[in-house]
Amino acid sequence: MADLALILVGALLVNNFVLAQFLGLCPFIGASGRYDAATAMSLATTFVLTLAAAASWVLYHGVLVPLDLTYLRIIVFIVVIAATVQLTELYIASASPLLHQVLGIYLPLITSNCAVLGVALLALQQELTFGGTLTYAIGAALGFSGVMVLFAAIRERLDHAAVPEPFRGAPITLITAGILSLAFLGFAGMAD
Amino acid sequence: MNAGIFREGALANNPAWTQLLGLCPLLAVSNSVSNALGLAAASALVLLGANGTIAALRGYIPPFARLPCFVLIIATFTTVALLTLQALAYDVYLKIALFVQIIVTNCMILGRAEAFASRQPVGAALMDAAGTAAGFALALVVLGATRELLATGGLFAQMEGLFGPAAAAWQLNLTDSGLLLAALPPGAFIVAGLLLAAMNAAGWRRRDESTHEAQNDEAT
Repeated sequence: MADLALILVGALLVNNFVLAQFLGLCPFIGASGRYDAATAMSLATTFVLTLAAAASWVLYHGVLVPLDLTYLRIIVFIVVIAATVQLTELYIASASPLLHQVLGIYLPLITSNCAVLGVALLALQQELTFGGTLTYAIGAALGFSGVMVLFAAIRERLDHAAVPEPFRGAPITLITAGILSLAFLGFAGMAD
Repeated sequence: MNAGIFREGALANNPAWTQLLGLCPLLAVSNSVSNALGLAAASALVLLGANGTIAALRGYIPPFARLPCFVLIIATFTTVALLTLQALAYDVYLKIALFVQIIVTNCMILGRAEAFASRQPVGAALMDAAGTAAGFALALVVLGATRELLATGGLFAQMEGLFGPAAAAWQLNLTDSGLLLAALPPGAFIVAGLLLAAMNAAGWRRRDESTHEAQNDEAT
């Protein structure tokens, strides 16, 4: 249990996927312009990321390892992620058309979110158990979502700031992310 | 005409600084020139392989299934790049393996496949891949060199991992004091932001209408 708590804190804060490991930067920079869009993106990513990490673990240990095909993991994982995204979209469309309207345009983008693939690969690298992988995925997803929502709120304030001309747009966004990342360095040492 | 395609991909339409694509590997791996070159080489292999294959098969891939086909082709070349790096430069592989595997989700590559390779002949597609790869490599090496110089006060450390033992002598030491922050994650964001701002100030950076940035500017 203590192990799982450490894995959770590690993925959530210490090795935050976005700010310390540079995974999932495309949606982090691209979809954080507006607060509501960032929230929807985070929700969709949390769901797909957890599901895809669990499915990848099962396929890797259940199929690839027994058949000695572990070098095919990239191809298999990307198919798993794409399939998870598709199934999630179909399910949400039939279960809750309202939610589908909110999340619809963000779901397909998740396939190319490298945090999703990153979680599956990093969980393998650390040789986590199924429970560990699930905890790690939840920590990573919550870390991604928290930082995403935080950053979107900062950017809404930034829109009204007098930013010098050359820094407008991408430069100030990256520097702000850098300062946020600096704050997250304070968590270093709390867990591996 | 082909030289024009190359220049367009490498400079005018640079994936990293005009379109902000491939940011994850760009920021993660740019802590030294040797890591940056390793990733640039792997990305170039995937871009050339995927663009060439997709252009060659463009008549056979049904339009409705094109994205899954593109992703599978890219994933195949990513696997090839990963195994090649593992065989040829194991020290570099140990440091950047995760980000070589992540190439498969790099929107820059899928973007070139969709926008260019799927509707052009093989020669033009290869030229486009080479231009995009050169542009990405340029951005990686510039950011990598800046961060390595700031962090360690030197350049070209550990190049022997890529170019053999003789390259160990390439290491340059300018000063002994360095700013550790530049090598840490916050340094990647801050140095990249400052470089982009410098390019804006110098008027070198064309803002692409289709980028995230343009959408965000609209929202303001």
